[in-house]
Amino acid sequence: MADNQQTAKAEMTGGEILLRSLVAEGVKTVFGYPGGAIMPVYDKIYDFKDQIRHILVRHEQGAVHAAQGFARVSGQTGVAIVTSGPGATNAITGIADAMLDSTPLVVISGQVGASLLGTDAFQETDVLGMTLPITKWSYQIRRAEDVAWAVARAFYIAHTGRPGPVVLDFAKNAQVGKATFNYKPVRFIRSYLPMPDLDDDKLRRAAALLNNAKRPLVVYGQGIILSRAEAELAAFIDKAGIPAASTLLGLSALPSDNPHYKGMLGMHGNIGPNIKTNECDVMIAVGMRFDDRVTGPVETYARQAKIIHIDIDKAEIGKIVPVEIGIHADARQALARLTELVNPARHDAWEAEFDKCNKDEIELVSKGETNPETGHITMGEVISTVAREAKSEAIVVTDVGQNQMMSARYSTFAKTRSVVTSGGLGTMGFGLPAAVGAKIACPKRQVCFFTGDGGLQMTEQELGTIMQEGAGVKIILLNNNWLGNVRQWQELFFGARYSFTRLVNPDFMKLAEAYGIAHRRVEKREDLGEAVRDMLKNVDEPYLLEVHVEEMDNVFPMIPPGKGVSEIMLNEKDWYKA
Amino acid sequence: MEQERLYTVTVYTENEVGILNQISIIFTRRNLNIWSLTVSSSALEGVHKFTIACRTTQRLIEAVVKAIEKRIDVLKAFYYTDDEIIYQEVALYKVQTDNILESPDFEALIRRHNAQVLEINRTYTVIQKTGHCDDTQRLYEDLSSYGVLQFVRSGRVAITKSTAERVSRFLEMQEVRERKALSGGAEMK
Repeated sequence: MADNQQTAKAEMTGGEILLRSLVAEGVKTVFGYPGGAIMPVYDKIYDFKDQIRHILVRHEQGAVHAAQGFARVSGQTGVAIVTSGPGATNAITGIADAMLDSTPLVVISGQVGASLLGTDAFQETDVLGMTLPITKWSYQIRRAEDVAWAVARAFYIAHTGRPGPVVLDFAKNAQVGKATFNYKPVRFIRSYLPMPDLDDDKLRRAAALLNNAKRPLVVYGQGIILSRAEAELAAFIDKAGIPAASTLLGLSALPSDNPHYKGMLGMHGNIGPNIKTNECDVMIAVGMRFDDRVTGPVETYARQAKIIHIDIDKAEIGKIVPVEIGIHADARQALARLTELVNPARHDAWEAEFDKCNKDEIELVSKGETNPETGHITMGEVISTVAREAKSEAIVVTDVGQNQMMSARYSTFAKTRSVVTSGGLGTMGFGLPAAVGAKIACPKRQVCFFTGDGGLQMTEQELGTIMQEGAGVKIILLNNNWLGNVRQWQELFFGARYSFTRLVNPDFMKLAEAYGIAHRRVEKREDLGEAVRDMLKNVDEPYLLEVHVEEMDNVFPMIPPGKGVSEIMLNEKDWYKA
Repeated sequence: MEQERLYTVTVYTENEVGILNQISIIFTRRNLNIWSLTVSSSALEGVHKFTIACRTTQRLIEAVVKAIEKRIDVLKAFYYTDDEIIYQEVALYKVQTDNILESPDFEALIRRHNAQVLEINRTYTVIQKTGHCDDTQRLYEDLSSYGVLQFVRSGRVAITKSTAERVSRFLEMQEVRERKALSGGAEMK
């Protein structure tokens, strides 16, 4: 205590106040890249090496994606530190990604000294102006005495309510200027209401709707994970006997073997959840935002259903679909109360309809994808092999495209917070740095990163980070020598005119070798299982497994763009008929 | 297609740099044109008030107001149709003094429009009129025969027909929440 009081009185630089504030917030890991306007902070990071682990990435976009991966699996706020100008603009893709996917981040960017602001100084950009539309909050720190306050406020805003990224634009004079360290965590902001009061009347009305429903359906998203409502969701669907379907970002909130879990919603989701969306009588949506990849054209979406929408973000309620009952609430609190209010029930016949759809899907689509007997190795085959060998325990990180949809479809999960993927922004190149962040947050868990040859090359420089940190990421490269997802659309909707989707690729084995990463290439089916086991043998070891997969493979089922959720393609020519 | 009409949005904010930007980009993103904008202090200390008039549909204005309210430094945002508020604009007109001195009807015109003369000098005369847009526009048209040298109309200011600022109740509730949060913080994550 005496020591603390002394520290409180002593003057120190804004840079040191930043580091002490991060320590006070419980930060133990930051991802970053130094540069001119953030050097005073880096000089202090050097002094804090025993308290804060700094991961040196290879590009600022990677710093933010790594912080995202870290945040998504750990539930803590991710921290990235970058310099001004190009450092900040490179970070923008990650910040936008975190905004759309509600990931709590604090991004600290260097800025020129306050006296130079607005003069087009070297490496000056209007970071506030650029990041305001893609952050939950952006603030420019111009004085050393504001540092502790701004950091405390940033962390409070980033992780409460609907989480999101916060940018602190840290002017150089504030980094070197001196002030006393007086850190107080923020627990309240007058203009901000992160945890709305439960509206019991609305919950009672919702329970009454559900109690009278014949064909109820739960659709849930990442809100379940963000509000730590996994157990409450499981208890709710168990008591009320309601089938449940997940969005892409909600995956792993329920274990894959939960009897009420019916699969994933959306364009490449499972047949049952999509078709039954247009047959349910009451839909209860929790912590999801009716993304257009889930709904298709809204005028064809669940028109027959009475919709209950629970979301912590008031602006999401009624934004896309008209709702019968909008409940502005934390998912965990609302589900706990709703579980008290609903009658115990079963809807066996209704649930059996989902199981019938699932059976059809396995027969008509999945079997050929996960268990082909002839032809080249398929993407689904690789993913289901990894899921089996990792016993559903791995954290699955994906890039964007076919690899992502296949990973979402054929991975299985035993634990929550096991999926890291770029949903809203769909950022190719997200996966590799995000996997690094996930591995650093959870070193004891297997982190299996599925990627394509396109996405890997967007941020492949982060192999250097893996090398330097010894991060045991398992990279599973599904190499088809195409930008596969775009190629699939060209095949289906653009007359097979393959405009600039063919990739001439480097020798990925040599690339792995250059970075000292264990590697193996698989071209034959009979080698796959053993190669996957070899990859997973040592959880600490980075590994690049390249699998040559069928080049013209497409992801099915597919709800084509512009079609409603009940219009599902099974392959290039056939549509699903119940 | 849902019908468009003129809505008046009032936004109460903390006094922070960059709030105007945060609010205006919400309109820009939806391709909405701001018809008029006024920023002033409110009856509550430290609270700023934006009054924004915008022509759009109910669905869009509702989405805009929710998106505005979501910004951290915004306390509360509301939208109103014209029948729910009392609103006013002020317009200034500059005409050549010679032109009005020669006119026998000028005094009657000013009286009829309930306008005021703010300044007269040898070269020009400045007239002020408060009212709704239609009223100030009519005076502009009537004055145009005298040759209007300059004309400017302010943004709309508006007051609701209810007795207190609606934001006051929110602030009272927030005070209770603040005491709760700082005493135990149990309900805050």
